[in-house]
Amino acid sequence: MTGAEAITVIVDGRPRTLDRAHTLADLVSQLGHAQADVATSVNGSFVARASRGTHSLAPGDSVLIFKPIVGG
Amino acid sequence: MMDELVIDGVRLESRFFLGTAGYPSPAHLRDAIAASGAKLITVGLKRTLSAAGDNGFIGIIREAVQAHGARLLPNTAGCRSAREAVQLAHMARELYETHWVKLEVVGDEHTLQPDPFELVQAAAQLVRDGFTVLPYCTDDLVTCRKLLDAGCAVLMPWGAPIGSGQGLLNPFALRTLRERLPDATLVVDAGIGAPSHAAEAMELGYDAVLLNSAVAHARDPVAMARAFKLSIEAGREAWRAGVMPRQDFAVPSTPVGGHAFVLDA
Repeated sequence: MTGAEAITVIVDGRPRTLDRAHTLADLVSQLGHAQADVATSVNGSFVARASRGTHSLAPGDSVLIFKPIVGG
Repeated sequence: MMDELVIDGVRLESRFFLGTAGYPSPAHLRDAIAASGAKLITVGLKRTLSAAGDNGFIGIIREAVQAHGARLLPNTAGCRSAREAVQLAHMARELYETHWVKLEVVGDEHTLQPDPFELVQAAAQLVRDGFTVLPYCTDDLVTCRKLLDAGCAVLMPWGAPIGSGQGLLNPFALRTLRERLPDATLVVDAGIGAPSHAAEAMELGYDAVLLNSAVAHARDPVAMARAFKLSIEAGREAWRAGVMPRQDFAVPSTPVGGHAFVLDA
């Protein structure tokens, strides 16, 4: 895949087309989140914050973004 | 002053664990945390697409935790398999910077009771991964034993289904757990509705109580948090003082020595 090829990933269950190669960190930033404010998983597996910058997204990857909330 | 509870080497000055969901406002939550004296506060994680805020609740929680010397206990609410719970726990550890986790693996959508098989599997994995695991479980003795064998620091059996406010539906089972697991740290978690329920749990010898809805959904959450604080302290004192045994017959407390108006022969 060249840097110019668009790919489609699934973000929180919804398809999202990315116009170039993205790392997970890129996607988190694009969604408006500060890296330290969220946790991430790709294809059901936790990806640590420290690894997001080198984790390249592939077509069809399913990404989930988690935030702190209240809880019982 | 109540005796301390020690979990994983951490001394907790309160045996009241408080949840943070469902409060009318961040101010109510802040004041309830203060009134409760709780030193262990539960939180969660949620999937989100947008960067939209949480109406200030998380900020309030972090401030309150710092102000009162409390710590956070993230849960794995909503997980339906061991794999999901393990992944979420890892995310919680990173986000909340704690290796403590309230482990929840839902087995039934109606009762929200745990799936015992997935729960034990997740607990074992998380203990291997370095977590201090506090599993939300039912009152089944065998499952509880397996959770302890897996390395759980604490057991948290339900009193009744989450949010139901029914109190201790099966005191026999809870009493059995206490008797058969004398060295385990036991916390009644879920189903508490009134301070009397919390006192009852403590009088059974349980080490702490975790509740959320009973405070958050009270007409006056702050006053209710204070009421629960007092009831948990009272229940703990009663346990330490030794509650008198129940009897099926009357035993007169005033020593009249027979009939009041008839002289003994």
